[in-house]
Amino acid sequence: MAFIEISGVSKSFSSGGEKRDVLSGASLSVERGEFVSIVGMMGCGKSTFLKIVAGIIAPDAGRVEVGGSLVRGVQPNAAIVFQNYSLLPWFSALENVRLAVGAAFPDWTKERQREQAARHLEAVGLGKALQRRPSQLSGGMRQRVAIARAFATEPEILFLDEPFGALDALTRESLQQELVRLSSSAHRPVTTVMITNSVEEALLLSDRIVPMTRGPHALGTPVRVDLRRPRTAGELMHDDHAARVRAHVVASLTRDLKPATKQQVA
Amino acid sequence: MKRLANLLLPAVGVVFALLVWWGASTMVTDLPSPMKTWEESKIYILKPLEKRGEMDQGIALLAYYSLMRVARGFLLGIAIATPLGFMLGMSKTLSRMLDPVMQVLRPISPLAWLPLGLIIFQKSEPAALFAIAVCSMWPTVLNTMAGVRAIPQDYWNVAKVLRLSPFTTFARIVVPATLPYMFTGFRLSLGIAWLVIVASEMLTGTPGVGGFLWQEYNSLIYAHILLAILTIGVVGFVLDRLMGFAETRLRAI
Repeated sequence: MAFIEISGVSKSFSSGGEKRDVLSGASLSVERGEFVSIVGMMGCGKSTFLKIVAGIIAPDAGRVEVGGSLVRGVQPNAAIVFQNYSLLPWFSALENVRLAVGAAFPDWTKERQREQAARHLEAVGLGKALQRRPSQLSGGMRQRVAIARAFATEPEILFLDEPFGALDALTRESLQQELVRLSSSAHRPVTTVMITNSVEEALLLSDRIVPMTRGPHALGTPVRVDLRRPRTAGELMHDDHAARVRAHVVASLTRDLKPATKQQVA
Repeated sequence: MKRLANLLLPAVGVVFALLVWWGASTMVTDLPSPMKTWEESKIYILKPLEKRGEMDQGIALLAYYSLMRVARGFLLGIAIATPLGFMLGMSKTLSRMLDPVMQVLRPISPLAWLPLGLIIFQKSEPAALFAIAVCSMWPTVLNTMAGVRAIPQDYWNVAKVLRLSPFTTFARIVVPATLPYMFTGFRLSLGIAWLVIVASEMLTGTPGVGGFLWQEYNSLIYAHILLAILTIGVVGFVLDRLMGFAETRLRAI
């Protein structure tokens, strides 16, 4: 049995008396230490899927198991990074991270919690911005704080909900590399599930990619990325295997978008 | 030029108001003119800290008594209102339960509460505090409640994701997120408390601006009524500005 076992997860939302199925019978297994990306377009329900797997919202049907036990609520050994940073504006960068450390390691002294927080902020290059508030930081720096906050709790599982979606291309790239570096230097293997709308980002970071389309039965066939690490965006552009994976993912994502008449002809 | 206008325009407004006052005083026999009011009241203003009798005191002393009474009643009011607001904001059940009670209690005038306070406490001072507290608490209750409800889902998610304890969630997320709303409530509550003070001092005859006003009315010294009215206005204005200043400082965070 895999480390994270998601089986038959369904979820629907009702708005204005109209019920809309977002997910129906979605299943996925993630091995310990694996990096799995779910790639899909906006509104395909991938964010809902991640929130269910992370235990933030409960599914209508189906189950999520981590390490053999059923998930109810957020796992103590999991950390989550959201696209919109989710920092508390009334605290400094240090205090935002310290709050997470304090919740993860309540037995530690305040001093030790602060050291842990400061060390992880230094690791993402924010050693000089410890006392700054989120409003005094750029988008990239804010997301660095959020990433530091996640790693400072020394998680076994990392959930990334379009973590780099709001950043410009250059910042995006440097943060992707930062993430790889932090993951590989962690004390224990980090199992990661990432949501993204960028196939390139998924190629760069993942062991496996799961395409997701709109509509309830949305999870496509996972495809393995057999490329050695570290990878760079430049290499991926010219690699044959990467091209095949890219083609597979793009094909599964766009299959439903072709005009219906053409499909009938085919 | 702009600074000159900033000073000049309000001054024009004040002069205009004084003219209206003066005009009215020429038509109403018992209404003292601005000059007469100044002549008869200047001892209170020029010797603001002199105490000549129980009610016959400098205006600063009278205002001080009223302010102390308002401070106590206001603090009592928000000490009840703030926790109540938090509870109502966090519990839909509780707010649905208490909503009709609050809607009925809220519009009751301080003049109606005061006799009840006198019956309950048998003394004028606690009755005044009771009236101030019970009248001024509502804006704080309602604003705190609205503030809690307006906390973005993002912040609740942070609490969930970091697995914060209920106490930590309250202290580190709910309170800071609600603080600006709370302060708006405090400012409005203080305004009401200051309105109530006059009524409660008039009815209980305790020394203060309101008590002074009522006594001078009974002594037929009408100029002093105007002095008291102006004092109430100026003090109320200063209080509101001070709270407003604290509020903007908070919102800047």
